[in-house]
Amino acid sequence: MSQPLPDAEDLLVRLAERMRASVTPDTALIGIHTGGVWLAQRLHKLLELRQPLGTIDVSFYRDDYGSRGLHPKVRPSEIPFEVVDADIVLVDDVLHTGRTIRAAMNELFDYGRPMSIRLAALIDQGGRQLPIAPQFVGAEVAVADGEQIELKKSEQGQLSLVLNRQEAA
Amino acid sequence: MTGYNPQLNANGELQHLLTIEGLPPEIVLHILDTAHSFLSVGEREIKKVPLLRGKAIFNLFFEASTRTRTTFEIAAKRLSADVINLNVGTSSQSKGETLLDTVANLSAMHADMFVVRHSQSGAAHLIARHVAPYIHVINAGDGRHAHPTQGLLDMFTIRHYKKDFASLRVAIVGDVLHSRVARSQIHALTTLGVPEVRVIGPRTLLPTNVSELGVHVFHDMAAGLKDVDVVIMLRLQNERMNGALLPSAQEFFKYYGLTPEKLASAKPDAIVMHPGPMNRGIEIESSVADGRQSVILPQVTFGIAVRMAVMAILAGNA
Repeated sequence: MSQPLPDAEDLLVRLAERMRASVTPDTALIGIHTGGVWLAQRLHKLLELRQPLGTIDVSFYRDDYGSRGLHPKVRPSEIPFEVVDADIVLVDDVLHTGRTIRAAMNELFDYGRPMSIRLAALIDQGGRQLPIAPQFVGAEVAVADGEQIELKKSEQGQLSLVLNRQEAA
Repeated sequence: MTGYNPQLNANGELQHLLTIEGLPPEIVLHILDTAHSFLSVGEREIKKVPLLRGKAIFNLFFEASTRTRTTFEIAAKRLSADVINLNVGTSSQSKGETLLDTVANLSAMHADMFVVRHSQSGAAHLIARHVAPYIHVINAGDGRHAHPTQGLLDMFTIRHYKKDFASLRVAIVGDVLHSRVARSQIHALTTLGVPEVRVIGPRTLLPTNVSELGVHVFHDMAAGLKDVDVVIMLRLQNERMNGALLPSAQEFFKYYGLTPEKLASAKPDAIVMHPGPMNRGIEIESSVADGRQSVILPQVTFGIAVRMAVMAILAGNA
């Protein structure tokens, strides 16, 4: 990969601005564990949303359970609002294959039938394997095969991006 | 159990759940953590996740059970598995052969998991040794030996109310001699580092070597319950008693039945647990069973989440 990674804090502000015109105080944010939850917490404040924040862990809906087994660390999903007829924005840190988003949508529908679901991602890394497209993106960043961008959070709550070489998630 | 643990696969992951004895604490905690996430699935509109879709789970019950079999069935169904319940009467002759033949036949029907209850200690181990490597076995109670999912759900319950195991005093009361539940609880409590585990009961209902398990032995309720955080009552197992171990149930209740007066020796915020089914008026007075400190019904709810966690972890460790 040639280009340097953008600053996560700058991207977060840009993402919030891109969302601002399209959300109402009743729009519900759901962060996908773990990086998506950090982002959703910050976006929830920046956008001054009224609905309590939801969090989702897609481990029980992943399509690689048969080959990889249960994820070693599963956190409870917490959806503290009525999903039926809700206007929902899913928040993830790095959008890649789209499989996590597929799993998250399947889980959400087990809570009820939302009015709409949109997708916000800090980074769109490309490499989609499913027909899933984000409505709000901080930046599109191309990476080489086998590279994966990861969001980190410091003890002070500062967000940053790192590049890992690993098998595609 | 020395060195080789038949419950673990080559990667050290849980292949079968047969007993808590010898399980690494990380695996026990992983089950409890995973169960915590499954708890919220039971509160949703659609109480199901798709993890075990297409898997066939056989509940093989050679001994009567309502609560355990039902909660295993609900757990499997909430994981989207197909559940087949078999209540098999134990034949008096050639039990081993019959058991393995039954299992071989069910394996030929493409079973993925067996949940086994049997009056003979070691029955689940025997099955686990003979099944194909992709089949998982859960011990749902074998004789006097072990009932690991009950032990795990009890640990989940204790952690839910007491948060931490590191400073607890836990008393197990009653018929320890016949209780596989008590054995699994003792192994689980010591594995998780509970500093003080007590057993309380008459000499005739405590195993002679019980102190070798690392527990403190009491024969008097007032002394044994003093300042405990958790009181676990056991069911008096009349069906497993062959001799005159007790003068009478009334006599047992007088000395070991949990009444508000006896419970007053425990800490004011102590919780009262019972694995069920309860003999009201024999090991526990109704006012305690239904009282403020009782967590007996939450135990049942937690049991479903814990069994979901065990099944989901096992089936994922192919």
